[in-house]
Amino acid sequence: MSTNDWPLWEIFIRGAHGLSHRHVGSLHAPNAEMAIKNARDVYTRRKEGVSIWAIESSAIAASSPEDKGSLYDPADDKVYRHPTFFDIPDEVGAM
Amino acid sequence: MYAQMVKSTGAGVKSLDEMEPQERAFQERINAGDKIEPKDWMPEGYRKNLIRQIGQHAHSEIVGQLPEGNWITRAPTLERKAILLAKVQDEAGHGLYLYCAAETLGVTRDELTKMLLDGRMKYSSIFNYPTLTWADMGAVGWLVDGAAIMNQVPLQRTSYGPYARAMVRICKEESFHQRQGFDIMMTMAKGTDAQKHMAQDALNRFWGPSLMMFGPSDENSVHSAQSMAWKIKMNSNDELRQKFVDQTVPQAEYLGLTVPDENLKWNEEKGGYDFSQPDWDEFFDVLRGNGPETTERMEARNKAWDDGAWVRDGMMAHAAKKKAMKVAAE
Ligand SMILES: [Fe+2]
Ligand SMILES: [Fe+2]
Repeated sequence: MSTNDWPLWEIFIRGAHGLSHRHVGSLHAPNAEMAIKNARDVYTRRKEGVSIWAIESSAIAASSPEDKGSLYDPADDKVYRHPTFFDIPDEVGAM
Repeated sequence: MYAQMVKSTGAGVKSLDEMEPQERAFQERINAGDKIEPKDWMPEGYRKNLIRQIGQHAHSEIVGQLPEGNWITRAPTLERKAILLAKVQDEAGHGLYLYCAAETLGVTRDELTKMLLDGRMKYSSIFNYPTLTWADMGAVGWLVDGAAIMNQVPLQRTSYGPYARAMVRICKEESFHQRQGFDIMMTMAKGTDAQKHMAQDALNRFWGPSLMMFGPSDENSVHSAQSMAWKIKMNSNDELRQKFVDQTVPQAEYLGLTVPDENLKWNEEKGGYDFSQPDWDEFFDVLRGNGPETTERMEARNKAWDDGAWVRDGMMAHAAKKKAMKVAAE
């Protein structure tokens, strides 16, 4: 058994021109070049993408689930950020 | 199914009132239809059970390539060969999606592989049967992938996010698998007497083992009850088996083939077929490692792993060398 485990990569794919890249899953590969080649075989066998990003999983920083409350708190009391906060009279027309 | 007889660690299902606050909050999220994600708190039993279930499912996809791979070089036409190759490649993909999902639970793919290779982890009983004729490629796609679909469609709603998402990808690809199998069966069933005979023979051999894929009745199983409470199992084994029979019998009739079961009869009252149970002694014997092809399958997987070692190591060495060169140049 080899102890030489290939690192884990997270794969992001742009499904069609004009869309953002979206996380589709992960895979193992020895380097970035192979990660992209493997991603082509694993995640785009039916033309699911026009562009692939691969990033080593260990390089990703993530918020933690416990932050759920406090991290997003600042957004809670700013309802005026939504356009529906303002009443515009009908006479004004579309806005 | 692809994950058969997965035993849970719990002694029985606790009621919400018997749970500690953290576990209760977890169960309430599941009851509400929330998805559990990798970094969320989860009970140890849930994690362990999922690793076993997803791991076994992944191993089944990988070992499942062998019976069909057996016919790639002998497919009757170039088109059939290309189709079968694409189908088998999909199964490799399914294995990889599932290993990824399992890895989010804190086990590595190499650890899972090691457990498959030394026999600590299982794969579905169905892949221990031989594929003797080309008609078996039809029967496998039609019946084996058909049975897998029955189980995988509801698992798209399973509580563990990465598992559910892997299932969505897999289900999108499975109907190609079943249809290409049925297409082979249609051609054979409409062919010469010898071809028709091969099609019937394949159905005869794969019918029982396909029914076994759902596992023995689990109406009274604590393990199943716990898995269902956690929504990592969505239906009882009998329920899915019944659905499979009800769907498949009319398809066999369309083909002009006979389902090998004297007791098969439409039951108007229940709105489904009555049918015979498969040979459960045979099933348990296969699980114990005595399937007709078990030794062959395990040898093939071990050989592939051992023969591939120099490639895995070489690629790592190459990657390390390139990295070092890049650092030196900076
Ligand atoms: Fe599959
Ligand atoms: Fe399949």
